[in-house]
Amino acid sequence: MQSNHHISLTHVRPFGFKERGFKRSLLLIALLVIVLLIAIFFTLVVGSLPTIKAFGFSFAYNRTWDPVAGQFGALPFLAGTLLISFLALVISTPFSLAVALFLGEYYKRGVISGIFKNIIDLLAAIPSVIYGFWGLFVMVPVVRVLEMKMGILPYGVGIFSASVILAVMIMPYAISLSRQVIQLVPEELKEAAYSLGATRYEVITKIIIPHTMSGLFAGILLSLGRALGETMAVTMLIGNTVAIPTGIFAPGNTMASVIANEFTEATGKLYTSALIEMGLLLFIVVTIINMIGRKVIRHLSFDEYKDVKK
Amino acid sequence: MKIKQLKTKFLFISLVSLAVLLTSCGGGSADKQAQGGSGKSLIGAGSTFTYPLYSKMFHVYHQANAVKVNYQSIGSGAGIKQLQNKTIDFGASDAPMSDEEMKKSPGAIVHIPTCLGAVVVTYHLPGNPVLKFTPEVLAGIFLGEITHWNDPKITALNPDAKLPSLPISVVHRSDGSGTTYIFADYLSKVSPQWTKGPGRGKSLNWPVGLGSKGNEGVSGLIKQTPGSIGYVEFAYAFQNKMPVASIKNKAGNFIAPSLTSTSAAANVDHMPADLRVSITNTDAPDGYPISSFSYVLLYKNQSYDNRSEAQAKATVDLIAWMIQAGQQYSEPLQYGKLPESVVKSALTILKTVVYNNKPLL
Repeated sequence: MQSNHHISLTHVRPFGFKERGFKRSLLLIALLVIVLLIAIFFTLVVGSLPTIKAFGFSFAYNRTWDPVAGQFGALPFLAGTLLISFLALVISTPFSLAVALFLGEYYKRGVISGIFKNIIDLLAAIPSVIYGFWGLFVMVPVVRVLEMKMGILPYGVGIFSASVILAVMIMPYAISLSRQVIQLVPEELKEAAYSLGATRYEVITKIIIPHTMSGLFAGILLSLGRALGETMAVTMLIGNTVAIPTGIFAPGNTMASVIANEFTEATGKLYTSALIEMGLLLFIVVTIINMIGRKVIRHLSFDEYKDVKK
Repeated sequence: MKIKQLKTKFLFISLVSLAVLLTSCGGGSADKQAQGGSGKSLIGAGSTFTYPLYSKMFHVYHQANAVKVNYQSIGSGAGIKQLQNKTIDFGASDAPMSDEEMKKSPGAIVHIPTCLGAVVVTYHLPGNPVLKFTPEVLAGIFLGEITHWNDPKITALNPDAKLPSLPISVVHRSDGSGTTYIFADYLSKVSPQWTKGPGRGKSLNWPVGLGSKGNEGVSGLIKQTPGSIGYVEFAYAFQNKMPVASIKNKAGNFIAPSLTSTSAAANVDHMPADLRVSITNTDAPDGYPISSFSYVLLYKNQSYDNRSEAQAKATVDLIAWMIQAGQQYSEPLQYGKLPESVVKSALTILKTVVYNNKPLL
């Protein structure tokens, strides 16, 4: 106790050194993260030089992946990654929005809400290999029965199974961010709406959702980022067939899973380099999607200000 | 405003250059381990397939000889890379090194077979019939030319089995694997279409089928999917009591995979002296045709990089023990034992390993 007092007293007076030192160390750590990111980018570029030289841009749109013949094209993987990520987003968004509204507006406090929040946080903590196993041994047989009833080749694994499991995996990220922004909607706004005779449904659709649009979108973007890079659970459920998926139940492959699958046993300069370039391509895709997302978020929050001004 | 812009520009440029600096540092420096060495501790890395056998062998060897072996099962390809970087005492690989890999190595590398493995064809059909395949039919299935179980080509070979009109779902490995290499190597030898199509490799451009990770992934998918067929390591199928097919070998006999028929596959007359050879599609009349050696790899000249003689001697002694006394542990763990003739040739090769031009054995 006493020593605490002592520190705070000495801390206040000599304003310069400690303050500046603290600020500088924060800056240094922040810069380190950026340097690391740029370094990763350059490592990927340097590592993929052999395939960039050999194939140029055709790497991105070529659809043959033949390690034996030394032909490498990323299109099937690119298509698979984008397809399952956006499908997972489509499946998960209604659920995450509903749960976020439930926890952010209807049951903000209390036992039920506490249990829900803990369980959702727990979903994020489950290792992805567990999701993969659960998917393979519990969900896939169910999907297979469904496919047999629909008269499609009953693979069980494929784009659909991978997207469903991915949707469950990314939900917690969207939920926790959306819940927080929904809770941050000013009480005065809501009360004003109620005083004008709005029902709760109207408050949610007319006040809360428009007011939190950019935050909700940011939550979705966060979960999309997670979906694009997910490897283990996806590779266990997608079927790992190198072809552009012909349908929602067809098997496919993703960029992250081909890297994980083939990197350890990749021999030869070109093969290794092709896998590294796959990583580079994934890096670029994630960056582009993030940039578009930021644009959309800015656009959404700008609209909100315009509304306020009116 | 201008100054601020300039400042950000400067900051950005310095960040990028720092990042480039970091990148270029990472590449070149190979961490070298084997400086000297007392011969009391050895490092090996490679094959995951032989890991259970090696850990048993190294445990027994440690208790008897007080030499500790640290074996990392990082995959055959990675084991070869580590040996080429000289970070380990010996590598381990399921497939012999290719000519290209041998050329890229900093010194001559010898192959010592330590055990035999077999790749078996397993399937999921109602009633678990015991099936027979000829190489042509097997290639036809995995090329996607034979698409249904009641295809006359299959039923002609298996008149007693009641084969349904199910579509065939092929399951293969999605990860690069020595198991795939052995299987593809066999199909390349028996089918010209396979050579023209997918060819030989640890990862292939598969014409049909689903990929699954690891032996457990492939067998998991097969167990679940009616009408599926795939290939796994013998030990894996045996431990999980999966049905396995008999394959017609070069001599024309249908051979069921077993430890005896796997060992028999290596018992042939004209084995090349360096043993760096694929024994799939063996000439042996009682040999199972999809069998293969698994090797340990070491440099022929052990006096590299300030390596001590004690360390080199310990490495060679360990490997000599593995192919002689160590062989008693292979069969209980479902690995094929080396035939006498192979042990003899392996010892001859091991005697050519030198330290300062002096043989170590």
